[in-house]
Amino acid sequence: MIFIPPAAGGDMRKSTIYFSFLIVLFLLSGSIFFLSSAQRRNAASDLEEMGRTVKELELTDLSLFMEARYTRHPSQSDLQTAFQDHPMAMEHFPSGSLMKVPEVMRESSRYETLDR
Amino acid sequence: MKRWIDKQKNIIDFTLSSLLRRKGKNTALFLVYTLIVFLLASVMFYTYALKKEAALILQNAPDIVVQRTVAGRHDLMPVKYVEEMRKIRGVNTASPRLWGYYYDPRSRANFTLMVSESHPLPAGDIIIGSGISRSLRAFRGDMMTFRTHDGDLLTLQVSDILSTESELVSADIILMAEEDFRDLSGMAKEYATDLTLRVRNQEELRTIAGKIADLLPGMRPIIKDEMLRTYDSVFDWRSGMVVLMIFSSVLAFIIFAWDKASGLSAEERKEIGILKAIGWETSDVIVMKFWEGAVISLTSFLTGMVLAYIHIFFTPAPLFEGALKGWSVLYPSFRLTPFINPYQIATLFFLTVVPYTVATIVPSWRAATVDPDSIMRS
Repeated sequence: MIFIPPAAGGDMRKSTIYFSFLIVLFLLSGSIFFLSSAQRRNAASDLEEMGRTVKELELTDLSLFMEARYTRHPSQSDLQTAFQDHPMAMEHFPSGSLMKVPEVMRESSRYETLDR
Repeated sequence: MKRWIDKQKNIIDFTLSSLLRRKGKNTALFLVYTLIVFLLASVMFYTYALKKEAALILQNAPDIVVQRTVAGRHDLMPVKYVEEMRKIRGVNTASPRLWGYYYDPRSRANFTLMVSESHPLPAGDIIIGSGISRSLRAFRGDMMTFRTHDGDLLTLQVSDILSTESELVSADIILMAEEDFRDLSGMAKEYATDLTLRVRNQEELRTIAGKIADLLPGMRPIIKDEMLRTYDSVFDWRSGMVVLMIFSSVLAFIIFAWDKASGLSAEERKEIGILKAIGWETSDVIVMKFWEGAVISLTSFLTGMVLAYIHIFFTPAPLFEGALKGWSVLYPSFRLTPFINPYQIATLFFLTVVPYTVATIVPSWRAATVDPDSIMRS
């Protein structure tokens, strides 16, 4: 195989440019881990505050899905919610696009143990 | 070693020139590839961070919540059961919880009304969540009017606003005095919404829950582990319609990429033929094709991942915001704490970069082993 030597003194080689770009991308991707741990440190007080609020108000759920009463507290709703029309029915509220049937529903033994 | 590096550099130079010759096609491939990685990584980052955050925050939730069910539906809990719960061995504290929902027809928002022992309030005062404050422009000193269960109007004054830091758990909460809550909801004095228990030994939670179910058959105990697991399964990254939709686009991409990577165009075949005719060996052609696949897939993977991180942890995740907000008027304003699972990133890497790179090599190897003369003639 014949290898043509790079142009003398002229433009930077394409491979050098690409590798420089790739190194930047690698550094950026690697920095995700450092950045996330720094962001976590900054957010520690917020997490603590949320934990304190949960403890003080005796909360059980996140206030994420507030569109219907049975999506507001998924951990407190009965076993046929949020898919309350039918265990496998598609939820007509948009939160149904993010939630799936809770695992507890599939474990009949748990139902027997705690919900008599 | 230097000679090997020089050789690789030359091959990469050639590969990049070759990719640039088909600029339009390869740019489209890069953009679609990046978009797919971006979507998948966004879902992974979002769901994992939300799951971790929920698990951390809800560690402080009550150990057991006891609901009463009548005819299979949630019903009010007689307060007298508190004493029975306290008698159960292992139970540290048992207390009634007063909470419920209030639909405000003017703002079309659902509020969560609560009475909290940790925030004792005089009658007529309320503390509202910062989500309500922001959405309804209600601030300290403002009056809010509610319609009671019997149709009367009840006006309460906002005495404080819950912290914005805790918005993810308290955005829609209104804390009020017990008598205001009972006036508003019509709940009789001898009833509460449910009971919460704190238990001495966390290992005994399940046993105590079993005892409650045996002792009072109409009760439904919900242990903390179940609350946590609810969020674990709700935010499983493989769940939900979002992933289903992404999955179909991933499939379309796989077909597109496979077609692009595995089927060589006549021009590419000719190129391989010429390279072989001027002295390239089969191994050199394979290395060139390896670099071609690696350049596209690695660049797309890294770009997609970095963009996904920015999307989830530096912006309010506009891609998912719509689905999360749904029809709700109130919505917490929160920035997720970045928790990243390296295992998921490795999985994504092996599912995207490796198959594509391999797929580009196989057809080139087939073309490179054929006589260059016959390739160029065909």
